[in-house]
Amino acid sequence: MLNYTVIYSAKGGIFNMNRKKKILGGVGIGLANGLLGSGGGMIAVPVLRHEMDSSKAVHATSIAVIAPLCLFSAAISLWGGRVALSDALPYIPAGVIGAVAGCLLMNKISGNLLRRIFGAFAIWAGLRLLLR
Amino acid sequence: MGRIEAVTAMNEFLIMSAAGFVAGAASSLGLGGGGILLLYLTLFANVEQLRAQGINLIFFIPCAVVALVMHAKENRIDFRAAMFLGGFGLIGAVGGYFLSGVIGGEWLSKIFGAYMLLLGAKELFFTPKAEKKAASDTSSVDR
Repeated sequence: MLNYTVIYSAKGGIFNMNRKKKILGGVGIGLANGLLGSGGGMIAVPVLRHEMDSSKAVHATSIAVIAPLCLFSAAISLWGGRVALSDALPYIPAGVIGAVAGCLLMNKISGNLLRRIFGAFAIWAGLRLLLR
Repeated sequence: MGRIEAVTAMNEFLIMSAAGFVAGAASSLGLGGGGILLLYLTLFANVEQLRAQGINLIFFIPCAVVALVMHAKENRIDFRAAMFLGGFGLIGAVGGYFLSGVIGGEWLSKIFGAYMLLLGAKELFFTPKAEKKAASDTSSVDR
């Protein structure tokens, strides 16, 4: 059972947030994911930040937000013949091991460090998009 | 297969695995790990952009499933918020699919890039009050 008091320490959760902002945020996440192919997760982080205090909960929940969107976009890409399942296969075993390692690493680092690493990633991603 | 070909194939597999490992770890930390695999695919493996995006999307799904199971055990995931944002996100994704034919991704990716710079600077240099409080309050559980 989820311990919501931990996740929502002060702000009271998603149903207390301004509804328009939430809807706009959700649509924006989908638009970025659909138009740019990735990046929905990076938008999900500041949207979720309005609702929960823990950086770890924000980043973990951002995965849950974009997983169905990626499933949807992947299905469209496969269906349209842009990509074949076998193209991605060689990366998946190591990727799954990496995902386990990432989760274990999150147990070790502080939420504040996680936030700063993300900040560096976001600056790097921003520069790449602006300079390409 | 000759010895040299076997060594080359082995090297290629190791490099692909290294890229997959780093991208998987960054994904499960919620850092936008997709960018890492995308960068490897387009810059080093010479995969064409749309195909690379497709590979990245397929790759993310098994990584996300593993990460979600592990994070859920640590009570880190708010599934109600995820379902709400994900639901409206699907509307945005359908819109994005149709819009991608009408408007080029060019200016949108510039706006997105500028937003990422601002967000990155904020996350890197400013600490929210709640985080300061959590750092000083040793009794709180940091999940």
